[in-house]
Order: sequence, then structure tokens, then C-alpha cells
Amino acid sequence: MRIDGKGLVDRSAPVRFTFDGVAYEGFRGDTVASALLANGVRVVGRSFKYHRPRGVLTAGSEEPNALVEVIEVGQQTPNVRATVQEIFPGLEVKSQNRWPSLKYDVMAVNDMLSPFLSAGFYYKTFMWPRKFWERVYEPIIRRAAGLGSLSGRHDEADYEKAFAFCDLLVIGAGPAGLMAAVQGARAGVDVILADENPVMGGRLLADGGEIDGRPASVWVAEVLAELEAAPNVRLMVRTSVTGAYDGGTFSALERVGLHVAARANLPRECFWRIVAGQTVLAAGALERSIAFADNDRPGVMMASSLRAYVNRYGVSPGKRVTIFANNDDARLSARALMAAGVDVAAIVDTRADASTLEDCPVYAGAEVVGTKGRHGLSAITVRHRGGEMQIETDCLGVSGGWNPLVHLTCHMNGRPVWDADLAAFVPVAGAVPGLHAAGACAGVFSTQGCLADGARVAVLALGVLGRAVRAVDAPVAEDAPYAVLPLWEVKGKGRAWLDFANDVTTKDVRLAAQENFASVEHMKRYTTQGMAPDQGKNSNVGALAVLADATGRSIAQTGTTTYRAPFSPVSIAAMGAGGRGAGFAPQRFMTSHGASVDRRAPMVEAGLWYRPSYFPKGAETTWREACDREVVMVREAVGVCDVSTLGKIDIQGADAARFLDLVYTNVFSTLPVGRVRYGLMLRADGHVLDDGTTARLGENHYLMTTTTAAAGLVMRHLDFVQQAYCGDWDVRFVSVTENWAQFAVAGPRARALLASLVSVDLPFMGCSRVEFGGVGARVFRISFSGEEGYEIAVPSRYGEALFRDLVARAETLGGGPYGMEALNVLRIEKGFITHAEIDGRTTAFDIGLAGMISARKDCIGKAAAGRSGLTGAARLQMVGLRPVMQAAITAGAHLFTPGDEVRRENDQGYVTSVGYSPMMEGYLGLAFLRDGRARIGEMVRLVDHLRDIDVLCEVCDPVFHDKEGVKLRG
Amino acid sequence: MGNLIAKRPLGVDPVGHGDLVLAEVDLGRVTSVAPFAGADVARVLKPLVFPAPGVVSSKGDARLVWTGRGQAFLFGAVPEGLGAVAALSDQSDGWAGLSLTGTGAVDVLARLVPLDLRALVPGQCARTTLGHMPLILIAVFGGFEVLVFRSMARSAWHEVEQALRMWGARAQC
Repeated sequence: MRIDGKGLVDRSAPVRFTFDGVAYEGFRGDTVASALLANGVRVVGRSFKYHRPRGVLTAGSEEPNALVEVIEVGQQTPNVRATVQEIFPGLEVKSQNRWPSLKYDVMAVNDMLSPFLSAGFYYKTFMWPRKFWERVYEPIIRRAAGLGSLSGRHDEADYEKAFAFCDLLVIGAGPAGLMAAVQGARAGVDVILADENPVMGGRLLADGGEIDGRPASVWVAEVLAELEAAPNVRLMVRTSVTGAYDGGTFSALERVGLHVAARANLPRECFWRIVAGQTVLAAGALERSIAFADNDRPGVMMASSLRAYVNRYGVSPGKRVTIFANNDDARLSARALMAAGVDVAAIVDTRADASTLEDCPVYAGAEVVGTKGRHGLSAITVRHRGGEMQIETDCLGVSGGWNPLVHLTCHMNGRPVWDADLAAFVPVAGAVPGLHAAGACAGVFSTQGCLADGARVAVLALGVLGRAVRAVDAPVAEDAPYAVLPLWEVKGKGRAWLDFANDVTTKDVRLAAQENFASVEHMKRYTTQGMAPDQGKNSNVGALAVLADATGRSIAQTGTTTYRAPFSPVSIAAMGAGGRGAGFAPQRFMTSHGASVDRRAPMVEAGLWYRPSYFPKGAETTWREACDREVVMVREAVGVCDVSTLGKIDIQGADAARFLDLVYTNVFSTLPVGRVRYGLMLRADGHVLDDGTTARLGENHYLMTTTTAAAGLVMRHLDFVQQAYCGDWDVRFVSVTENWAQFAVAGPRARALLASLVSVDLPFMGCSRVEFGGVGARVFRISFSGEEGYEIAVPSRYGEALFRDLVARAETLGGGPYGMEALNVLRIEKGFITHAEIDGRTTAFDIGLAGMISARKDCIGKAAAGRSGLTGAARLQMVGLRPVMQAAITAGAHLFTPGDEVRRENDQGYVTSVGYSPMMEGYLGLAFLRDGRARIGEMVRLVDHLRDIDVLCEVCDPVFHDKEGVKLRG
Repeated sequence: MGNLIAKRPLGVDPVGHGDLVLAEVDLGRVTSVAPFAGADVARVLKPLVFPAPGVVSSKGDARLVWTGRGQAFLFGAVPEGLGAVAALSDQSDGWAGLSLTGTGAVDVLARLVPLDLRALVPGQCARTTLGHMPLILIAVFGGFEVLVFRSMARSAWHEVEQALRMWGARAQC
């Protein structure tokens, strides 16, 4: 019901939206909740477990009941709080957890079965038969319980992530927050003021009192005008600060585009990381409920929300309202309603000594013991000194007192302390370094108190920032003392709800205690209290008070559960903004990328790089056909492959040679200028780190290459070694991976191809600077294929041109490009290792390269590599494998001695790489086999349990092709 | 053989919103300069000075940008006479340059760069990250130069462009 002349919504801007397909009208500034209440809609959802009809409970982000689905093109957002979602033209909202309709819900039968569905019922009921849990019981329970549903499609919308920095972060823009922000603004520091609401002002707008004799909203507008005009202040509305982290870092979720119809490029939400010098937490307090029989009917609301709906939205949630409270504060709601012309039938005050001076009947020392009304409240039963009576009412405002929002102060393991006077938990100072609680969240409950506290705490924070300032004078406002008589539960017959969102009653908490889940953490998990989207904001303190009563302990002794981030729900899409699909990781493209794609090569990921898998040709339909052709092409003619992804490190300085001798197992100081050497690098623990070739370009100038996979790792290793062990050596290095495009040209006709380009005569493992039409290039005679091979490097800008040129020349010689698949087969045939073999667990001894650890010098990892257990017959050693019969073998398979039972204890090793060799017309494998080198010529049984493969193989030397290296040396 | 055709890392046209412009820039010649132990680099570098961490030394078109421990990148100049006192490595083709200048440059970069950009003013630079990419960030008058690995240029462009588009859409909201 709308109230004329009240509220801050824009009456000149009507907005039409739909709820469950029915069109409603509200005004700009309305939430879905306020607009539905204005239209007299009382039932907005069904409860989690019992499917009871539920209505709006609160007017804020803590709402546990009014959770709805927002439907947009391509989007279906579940569990949206109707109290948070602003309406906009065309907004489509649906109720959830009901079938076939909100009014007639089949699963409401659960409510009848409630005696059998108490906390933990499924742990006890569905024990047998055991198999039924996963296949039968759980799916049924999951379907019956739960809240919203997902679209089942990917979320294709835009989300944003951002960083912000400030000197003073103020969280919450109520009276305390606004004063703190003003204090910071005038001190000249960079201020961020964040508030979860679309309009700043907090309870000043909801309570509607006076400041300095004028409406509080006027004062709020003046303060906001000052803050908006200040260049050092950033106002962040619709921004909920959700977590406190180390170093003054806070997470926050901003609703950027959720209050307007979707439009191109406008993000839905932004996930902020805000780093603040100091922080004032002015999060306020939340009103808590009292548990009494059937307190969950639509129409039963929080008392403070009633005045929020009147003052902010000009809506009365009922026609004949009653109030049930244990404190003075709730009377503000009764007065606000009466002032707006709404009938207040009664105030039921639990305190025997409460004042009865109001313009409506007041029952002191009375309690609400029951409610009536099938789809909404129609009457309450009140027990007072004279007995019981019924009061007809369609809206009951409940207040059990206020809980300071201590959440953020507890995010770094702090625990709040119990304040008996306030009957509430209050934060402990210093629980989060640099964060200071002010106002209601620190237990200061009067408006005047909050205004003054905001200024006081801001002065404190500014002092830490080195700005000594005087507190600005707080304006004059209401300063009534907070009078509360704790009451958590009205005992009696019937179910009394604590956690509305998860359908947890006082009975469930008592049952938990009875079954010895008496710790508050155990009770929470047994009953699921506090585990719904509101994370127990509305019910935690009430539930632990009931638990304290059931276990005979005090509330302070019972304690709270752990407060964890996020304070309010954060969508995964916002946290992962930009990370969907290809956004997951940067993509690295070689200069030849376009040329490879032009040839229809499927590009595969190799780390962050994209490399061609193979180059399909003619009628080829499978990768194997292309791969086999490319292998034969390299072996018999010439192939071209982009190898730019290999790490390249430019190493210079008088101690460069000495440095390489330290990091490599073999000697590089003796390498002549213009020559290249293969090197092996160990970790400090003696296992192989990486391998690659290093060229000596000048007396004090080397160029190291690393594997693609370990390029970053090796760079880090070199940095560490230099800084930790030889900081005074004159050696400098920098990655030049990106600066050079490098192409392998391999095969018997590689020399002919090179000769058509440039006149250079290189010995095996030689290197030289050359020029291609004025472009400085480098040629290395190295090979990873076992054929005569060259690698040609040019500055990256010329990479694509050179690749296209090389491929064209290769094709005239009967060759062409080859991809990763062929490259892999070629190196397996040659017994060359990759990180499939040097996976971090293998030693130089294991891969048959123990001889490369020079006896003449020390190196990183040499001592550790000599430890007992890292060499000898017990080690798994690298060997080659060939299946005895024509059969496929697989990497990842395990090896067994023929005749042994195939079980873990008899495991003899495993296969690391396999490939089909068209040259040898069969599969080849590289494997690690116990005492493998001594078993060459023997048989092993290869078993792959995952792929159901069981093949007898011959153990071979790992070099299958050109053992003497005749082709390589040409 | 004929002349090889040189390609820019991206080859894209500028995009923008209002006076905020994202463009690919030609970095020209880039040389990594790492002074050798005990070398009198100051004399050779004059009028430039070897920069302290986070600092850019410049004179005319020549800029020496700090890029790491004992390392700076020389832009806009030929490293003449430096070879004797410092390890020089050509980086002209290793990095892609983007420039982001105009109103809102800080706000757009704040979507991707985890640094307090309030503190980064012309004459300063930083080694940091752009999303998950290694970044050399140089503050220039009215904005920033964003240097990323050449192979990652497309990802970088895409991310900055996306951030710019979303920022632009916010401004209209």
C-alpha cells in the first residue's frame, strides 16, 4: 500500500515490471520488495525445506526470505534478494522453489511431514541400503529442497575486476560513515566511501528522524553534496565491502549494471580490491528477531523494516500493523506508521515495566505466542498478565534488539566479545590492523552517538595517517539510550523459526544439543543454521542463545561461529571477471601463427603458446596420416618447424663462462666461439632441471636455449643462483626469447635449402651470424630430429616472412612444414628427452647422461646427485620399448616382469612417451624401467589399466634411429 | 633472397572513448643495458643517468627506463660506446608497445594493473602485471605506455580494449 507524501522514490517516474508473469507498477527508486509490498503482494517465495509460503522480512541486503530469480535474455540469476534488486522498466522476476505455482506448491506436503524432517533426518533415515544414497535419496532430497535454479548455460555477460587505492576507506554511509568521510575529506586525504545501497544515508533515510531540527534526509543531501564536490573523495554506491584481508586490502562487490536493463559493454558487477591506509568500519547494526510459534508467516517482518518502507519508499507493508518488541527502538516504527496514517493495532512489549504512553494500545509484559493466516498473517495470539487474546493484524513488526555488524572485524580470526548491557556481540579493537569500528557496528546505537563516533574514529584513523585534525562538531540528533531486555525465544507449542532461509527452528537447535552437537560450530553444521545465502546474519545470535539455554551455558561461554568473507553473496562470475574461455590465461602466438592457420593446422596449447599440431594435406582425414607423412618428409627430404617458443637467454660478462660451468653439469668455458654445445642442468637436489643447447657468440657472450616448458623456470633458477651464490661475479643475462623468431630446417635436403638462402658452411654444432637481405640473422647447426638440421633465427618482425619463405623453398625440395606431432615422433625415434622424461623426479643417471656430470668441476646439484639411492640398479632407468606384436602402446602405462602378477608391488616402471614410427612401421616408446639398461633385450609386460592395454614389449636402447649419428653430422 | 617483410606485433587501428585513446606504438630501437661490474657507465651514458628502480631517465627522444635489478631499457637512441661498459641485448622485437592516453587512463588501467597508479607520474615506471601478463608500465604525459611480450600483444590489446569499453559504458550509465 502506497502512502501519499512519503518516501524518497521518484513518484514522477512509474516503472513497470513483472513478477511471476504478472505486471506491476512501482516507481524509480523502488526495490522489487518495496514495489511488491506497495502492490499488496505478500507471498514472494517458498521456504527451503518445508516449502512454506514466505514474504518479505527485511528492507536490506540481509533478506533471508524474499529470494527471487531475475530473468534476462541469456541470463537467469537465482537467489536475488528482492530487497536489493532495484526495479527498472521491463524487469522480469520469478519466485523460486515452488511448483506448479507460488500459491499452490506440491512440495508443501513437506510441511505436513515436518515431524519426520527435523535436523539431520537424512543422516538417520537414509542409511540403508547404502547404494541408494547417491542414486536415489540424494537426488530426491536435492530436488525437494533448495532455492533458485540456474539457466544451465554459460554466463556470457560482461563482468569487471578492478583495483582501488585510498588513504581512508569508509565502509557504510550511515550517520557514522558520513561523518567519517567528511572528516577525511576536509583533512585532504584520499577517501573512498562505499555503501551497499543505491542511495547513501543508511538508517538516516530509513528512520526518518531529524538532524539539527531538519529532516535527516536534508542533512544527508548536504553532506553528500560536499563529498561529491571534493576532488579527493570517491563515492561508491551499490558497493558491498565483502572481506577484510592482509595489508589493508578489502574485497568489494559493486552492482554496476544490475539496476538497469542490460546494455552493450556495461558490466553487470565489478569485483574490487581496495587497498586502504586506514579504514573506518561504519557498517551499522542489524535488527534481530524473536523466535515464537509460526513466526514465519508472510506479514511477519522486522520492526525496523516497517519504518524503512514508510520513510524510504512511501509504502506501508500492512493495513493494520502490530509490533512485538523487547526494546524502545521498535516504537519508532509504530510512530512512523501512525504518523503516516496507518492503523497500529497494538504494541506488544515483553518488558513488564515498559511505558504504555503511545497513541495506540500497548501491552507491557506480554508476548506473541502464535500467528494465523494461510497465505499471510491474519491474526496473532498475545499472552499477557490477564491471559491470552487474539489481535487481528496483517503485519507484525518484530524486534529482539540489535546486533552490531561485526563481520569484517572478524575476517582475520578475531572474535567479537559479548556486551551484557547491549545484549550483543561487539567488535574487539585491533582485530583487523588499521580497521576501526565506529557507530552502531561498535555498539553505539543513538543517532547522535553515531554522528559523534564517526568523527571521533575518523580523527583517530587520520592520526595514524599522520594528519592531526580536530573532530568536526557533530550536528544535533536523537540521543535516546538503548533500552533492551534480552528475549530470544517465546517457549510454547508449535515451530518457532530461527533461520528462515534454511528452515531451522528452535526445536532443531535443541535437538542438536540433545544429540551432543553442543558446540556452536557443531550445532551449525548439524542443523544448517547460518548456512543459507544470508550466512546467518538474521539468526546466528538467536540460535546460539537458544543453544546456550539448551546446554545451560551463558551466551558468552557458547560463543559465535566463525565470521568469514564474503559478508554478502559474491557471484563467481564477478570474481573471475575476464577469465571465461580464452580469457583464462594470456595467449602467446608465434610469428608464424597466421601462416600455420592459413594451412589449416590445428593449433594446440603448449603452456601459454599455441603451436601447430600438424599440417593437413590433400585427402588426409586423420592427424596420424598427416603426422606419418611429415615424419617421412623430414627423414627423406626436408621439414620446417617454428621453434621460437624455446627459451633464449642472452648471457654476457667476464664471468659468463664460469657461470655456465656452475649451472650446467658439463663444461662450457672450453666451448670455442662459434660453436654450440648440448647442456644439462640440475636442481640443487640433484634431479634434472632442464636441458638445451648453448652457443658461444663471443668471448664473453653466450646464448642459452631452454625447453619451452621450463623457459621461465630456468630464468628464475639463473637469477637465484646468481643472486644467492655469486652476486659478485661479472655476469649479466636477459631473456631474448621474444626478440627472435627461430625455425628448424631438418632433413637430408636441409643443406640445399639453406644454400638457396645464404652461403654458409657450418660444421655440426656450429653457429654463425648471417645476413638475409640486410636483416641480421643467426644460424645454428643443431638437430632435435636426428637429421642434418639447422635453426635460423631472425628478429621477430621478420618471423612470418621468413617462415613463409622457408616453407615455400622446402616445398620445391619435396618438403614442407611439420608440426608438434611429427616433432615428437622424430625425437622419440632418436631417443631425445623432453619434460615427459625429465619430469622433476629423474636424475642424470636415470636418463643415461651421468657421464655429462663433469668430474673436473663442481656444479649446482652435483653433490646431491651423488647421494646413495640416486644411482644404481634400484633406479628406474630410461629405455626404449617396442611391442613384440603390432600393437598400440600408451604413455602412462606401467611395466611388469612377464610371469609376475600384475599388482602395485610388482611394478617395474612406467612409460613416458610413445609414438607411431612410420619409418619402423610400429609403435616406439620411452620408458623408465627398474635396472633398465641391464635389461635391454629382455621382455616386459606393458599394462595400461585405464585404456585396457596389455602388450608384451622388448626392452631396447632408447635410440632407435641412426645410433651413430651419421645423418646428424652429415 | 628478396627482402623480408617486417610486421608490427599487432597491426591494429587505435580505439577510444572520448579523448581516451588506446593505440599501438612503434617502440623503435630498444636495447637492454646491464652495466658490467665496476664499469664507469655514468660517463658513457651522459646526459642520461642509469635509473634507480622505478625511474625513467630521459633527454630529448632518448629514454633509459629501469626494467629490473641492474638493468634498464634504452629507447630512442643507438647504444653507442656502451658495449664496453654494459651487456647490451637487442629487445626491439621482443616487446609490443601500447599507449593509453586521455581522460580515464588511470581508471581503465586500474582494471588490470594491481598498482597504486596515483603514485605513478611521468618520469616513473614499474615492472608489474597486466592481468596475468608481465608488464613494463611507463607513465607519460596524459597517460601510460604499456609494454608486453610481443607474443602476448593480442591478449594485452584485447584486455585493455575490453576494460576501456566497459569503462566507457559505465560513463554513459
